[in-house]
Amino acid sequence: MIFHLDKDRPMAENWIGAAVIRSVIPLIMLFALYVQFHGDYSPGGGFQAGVLFAVGLVMYAMLVGISKARRVLSMGYLRFLVSLGVLIYGGCGVANMLMGGNYFDYATFGGGYHAQEYGVLIIEAGVGLTVFASITIICFVLAGKEG
Amino acid sequence: MDMIIATNTLITLTLLTLMGISVILVIRLRSLMSVILVSAIFTLLAAGVYITMDAVDVAFTEAAVGAGISTFLGLATLAVLKFSPNVKAKEDRFKDSIGPLCVCILVGLFLILGAWDMPIYGDANAPIHQHVANYYLAVSYQEFGIPNVVTSVLGGYRALDTFGETTVVFTAAIGVLALIGATNRKPQQVDIPINQDDDEDLDEFTEDEKEVERMLEHIRQSGAKMTAKRLLKGEDK
Repeated sequence: MIFHLDKDRPMAENWIGAAVIRSVIPLIMLFALYVQFHGDYSPGGGFQAGVLFAVGLVMYAMLVGISKARRVLSMGYLRFLVSLGVLIYGGCGVANMLMGGNYFDYATFGGGYHAQEYGVLIIEAGVGLTVFASITIICFVLAGKEG
Repeated sequence: MDMIIATNTLITLTLLTLMGISVILVIRLRSLMSVILVSAIFTLLAAGVYITMDAVDVAFTEAAVGAGISTFLGLATLAVLKFSPNVKAKEDRFKDSIGPLCVCILVGLFLILGAWDMPIYGDANAPIHQHVANYYLAVSYQEFGIPNVVTSVLGGYRALDTFGETTVVFTAAIGVLALIGATNRKPQQVDIPINQDDDEDLDEFTEDEKEVERMLEHIRQSGAKMTAKRLLKGEDK
């Protein structure tokens, strides 16, 4: 089998795959950031960016093993991030209400037509965080299971 | 223009043919590893089809989730499984497969019947293009100042829908954590068992305490041995 997740170095013998993954991870994460912050000009947005970032981390887990990847971003921190994303999204709407508008009425942020852009940027950040943390949690938990 | 349409059609047909081939492969193959990898190829081809439809964001979500995450989860499942992943081929018996075959043909016919009423792909008069899409296309840049209409629809006009979607993803993660994620948490208070053979729960102690515990264990065992010897001797007498 080519795939030993519970060993310390799961891809030690498959060094071509390891080399490819090692060189591709930074590009994937950079592209994820691009998709996140340029979602209003190019295709994509929070969901796509979150998935891409999670793919980067999951590839790292394939390279070094789940237990070492968990040390990069621990389960408690991921749980915090997954909740923080939803909180940012919902909190944006609540902030609009406190400023005297409707739920998700970005115009209350002020600055005329840039207010809408700020609102979309904030909620996209929330979506990205939640999706990234969710997918990473699902992969780490399911793949970290001992059979 | 006709040239572009012809090229597009050719590319789409090639991709769909390859998708059909990979579906047949998934059905015929007996090794689970190969099935997972061919499914990844199928998903990549689907992403290609989305690109020909100009839905680039859907395409790279499909590539990342379908080909990346799903394949990873499948391979991880194979790594956890203890038995050999080669499923032995059963003898094909026509009597066993006639029921599923009828169901498949029936469902396929219903799907074709449903697709019959759908508008032609790219038809400007389709109902979906007559409702609010024209309004979004015309006004969204003035209202939001964002060139990407998809983003202004998702984040602006339909922000509440997107909030619901985000909550669904959040719920999925919480569900996985609640079902199988919380197994490695240590209990807060541990009752130290008196007669325990394995040294598992000695891990929390320092080296000195472990030594003391081992000595106590030794004394207990030797005491038990002496008692047993005495009892045996008593019975002998």
